[in-house]
Amino acid sequence: MTPTADIAPYGTVAGPNDFYVIDDGKDHGPHETGTILGFWLYLMSDCLIFGILFAVHAVLGQNYAAGPAPADLFDLGDILIATFALLFSSITYGFAMIAMHEGNQRLMTIWLLVTAVFGMIFLGMTLAEFSHLIHIGATPMASAFLSSFFILVGTHALHVMAGTIWLFVLLVQMQTHGLTAENKRRMMCLSLFWHFLDLIWIAVFSFVYLTGVVL
Amino acid sequence: MSDKEGHGTYRSYLIGFGLSAFLTLIPFALVMSGAEIGVPFILAVVFVFGAAQIMVHIIYFLHVGLKVEDGWQVMSMVFTVVLVVVVLAGSIWVMFHLHENMMPAHEQIERVRNLP
Repeated sequence: MTPTADIAPYGTVAGPNDFYVIDDGKDHGPHETGTILGFWLYLMSDCLIFGILFAVHAVLGQNYAAGPAPADLFDLGDILIATFALLFSSITYGFAMIAMHEGNQRLMTIWLLVTAVFGMIFLGMTLAEFSHLIHIGATPMASAFLSSFFILVGTHALHVMAGTIWLFVLLVQMQTHGLTAENKRRMMCLSLFWHFLDLIWIAVFSFVYLTGVVL
Repeated sequence: MSDKEGHGTYRSYLIGFGLSAFLTLIPFALVMSGAEIGVPFILAVVFVFGAAQIMVHIIYFLHVGLKVEDGWQVMSMVFTVVLVVVVLAGSIWVMFHLHENMMPAHEQIERVRNLP
């Protein structure tokens, strides 16, 4: 395909649609709207927020103020289950994306619901952990370590909660309007968001939980 | 494999999942077993495997590639990573030295005590 193949030559009558088409010969795929790049830039700014929270935890993470240390508080078995819940939700969201590209809305809805279930398992485990910690007196006020722990893990959990709510809203929109271009674009954005949260969680369990218990 | 590049297939997602599961289980097993093999070695494994898993997610799940969005996706990501590394490394470096110098070592206490 030559770069100017879709542009009517000067002086000829253009068809109804090919007046604006400027094809540079590259295949941009069906979702080249700028929204995806914009959403990606939002994720990168979110990444900076998490980077700063990680820096805070790196500085304060060992200031226990004679309070409990990570090895006393964290149950790595539970963290492993939560990690796999999020990992499973990542792959089922990927399957939902494949079903969407195949135009199979029913299969996509099933995979999205499975994703939501895994997301809520993760959220429930985080909530249970937080309530357990607060119950035994390891509140954010107990030490600088616990302050930075709660703000970092809490910010991540809030993101997962926002993603889960977004997922349900998107399901309603899909039921109402079907697989429209707008809904596909929203699916792409939530896909990036969801996989990004799983990526942040890798850093959280490596840096906060595993490193915290070892040190 | 009829899908366009950047969407992934069942196969690519399963490969990503298998790699991620492996890269998750090894550090967890190492830490949870309580093996006596030295803290620096365990930390090195945790961080190397964590970084590797982040790369797996970027490639297999986020589908970041050099060609996507005319390269702006990779460029913004590299920029962000540089900023995060500067913030993290700078904070740890500065605060470590501040911590060291604020802790009066024994000879410092002695020196202050013997001041004329």
